[in-house]
Amino acid sequence: MALLEIKNLTKSFRGLTAVNNVSFEVHEGEIVSLIGPNGAGKTTIFNCINQFFPISGGDIIFRGKSLKGMKTHKICRLGIGRTFQVVKPLKRMTVLDNVTASSFCRINSIQDARRKALEILEFCHLLDEKDKLARSLPIGGRKRLEIARALATDPKLLLLDETAAGLNPSELDEAIDLIRRIRETGISILVVEHIMKVVMTISDRIHAINFGQTIAEGAPEEVANNKAVIEAYLGEKHA
Amino acid sequence: MQKKTIFWGVLAVVALAFPLVIRSPYYQHLVIISLMWVIIGSSWNLLAGYTGQVSFGHAIFFGVGAYTAGLFPIHLGLSAWWGMLTGGIVSMLVALFVGWVCFRLRGPYFALATLAGGEIVRLIATNWESLTEGMVGILIIQTFKSKLPYYYIVLVLAVACILVIERIMKSKWGYYFVSIREDQDAAESMGINTTLYKNISLLVSAFFTGMAGAFYMNYMAFIDPEVVFSLHFISIMAILVGIVGGVATIWGPAVGAFIMVGLQETFRSSFFGLAPKWISQAHALAFGLLVIFVIMYLPNGIVGDWATIKRLVFRTRRTAG
Repeated sequence: MALLEIKNLTKSFRGLTAVNNVSFEVHEGEIVSLIGPNGAGKTTIFNCINQFFPISGGDIIFRGKSLKGMKTHKICRLGIGRTFQVVKPLKRMTVLDNVTASSFCRINSIQDARRKALEILEFCHLLDEKDKLARSLPIGGRKRLEIARALATDPKLLLLDETAAGLNPSELDEAIDLIRRIRETGISILVVEHIMKVVMTISDRIHAINFGQTIAEGAPEEVANNKAVIEAYLGEKHA
Repeated sequence: MQKKTIFWGVLAVVALAFPLVIRSPYYQHLVIISLMWVIIGSSWNLLAGYTGQVSFGHAIFFGVGAYTAGLFPIHLGLSAWWGMLTGGIVSMLVALFVGWVCFRLRGPYFALATLAGGEIVRLIATNWESLTEGMVGILIIQTFKSKLPYYYIVLVLAVACILVIERIMKSKWGYYFVSIREDQDAAESMGINTTLYKNISLLVSAFFTGMAGAFYMNYMAFIDPEVVFSLHFISIMAILVGIVGGVATIWGPAVGAFIMVGLQETFRSSFFGLAPKWISQAHALAFGLLVIFVIMYLPNGIVGDWATIKRLVFRTRRTAG
């Protein structure tokens, strides 16, 4: 059984259909990438999965349970963690407090929550920054903090929204390494990403969309050579 | 560490011995009112400073607490002291409704909704004469002639309020409150039921503010809607106490309360009779100037920016010496 099943998902904002009849699955232990040109509807799909927006049609099923109409915080408790493309650090809290607050999702005592936060900060290579205010972190640190905060809620499935955007080459390698290490802990990952280096190295499968509709799906090489995908990214001439 | 213990020890002794040493009822009264504002300011700070839900309507809870206490003698023939705990509880019930309505809104819209709520409750209290006696107000007979019992009651309440808030802020609730303040969407995606925790913060805040209101009824022995539901003297004053002392600090509102009550009294009494009478009309202007000064130079309040203040004072001293 698939961990996450997106069935004929449709989302329209008044007249504009941002996501149109998209279906795909994420299986246990898998890394699936969602790619597509700007405005294709990738982040909208994320916002539908954790119900920031109510969905217009279709269904989203996580471990056999429909997420339709569920509150965002309940979805997190069910085991879906997410990061934001436009990072949302809790600016006037320290890095450690950011992650501690998130750890309270499954833990009630402050000592245990803090201990867990420290473990996660170490895992994400943020331990040296733990006492800094989140607003003082550079973008690379903020992206890792997003991941750390999502991990602290003990997700079964992690939604990463452009975690690699804006990183320099060495930070990029570190991000790839981090994503791989997260998968090794048994967490499945759904990635939205533009940077092909990341997509091609980490993905088990790629799902490509354009104008809210699926244009290709399959293993990385397959999708990369797919005519419709090349057309979507580079225009008809190159296809 | 040693220095800290000494500081708190001295403060405790001063607090306990104050009314025994300073026998003047006038100064005792000022300190009692200041301590009452410590409670209201700290409660406002829990909701606005820590949870980020700025309330312009804390008079709702203060007034409801005061009226709950006042209704005991006039309708049930019981002592107004019955209102101390029930005042807090009734305020919480009212807060449940306020939260249900106002938490649909965020940021400035929430603030405006609470502002409107305060005015609505004031009008209800003014017009529902069969329950509240309307503009006639409620007059009771004070239980104690001496101010001493009132002083120790309000001192205990103020200390309890600060300790409870400090305890909350070091727990899961506290982390959740601050997370909500910093980013509500991020908080939701961290598994925080933001609606629930905003309501918890509001309820705790309303409980202590209601107790302060009930204390006011017992202490002043007279209330009317214009006083206890006043936008100017209660809701805005709560905000000033918080901002001047230091938003999102445990001790900020406590410091702010003494400064604001002191300032208010200085103006009310025309600088203790030293200045011309008309200056007592200028207290709103003075409050305005103070807030502008604090926001420009000490945006975190006197407690929040204590390090800056110390540095400034130290520098002036060095140049002077």
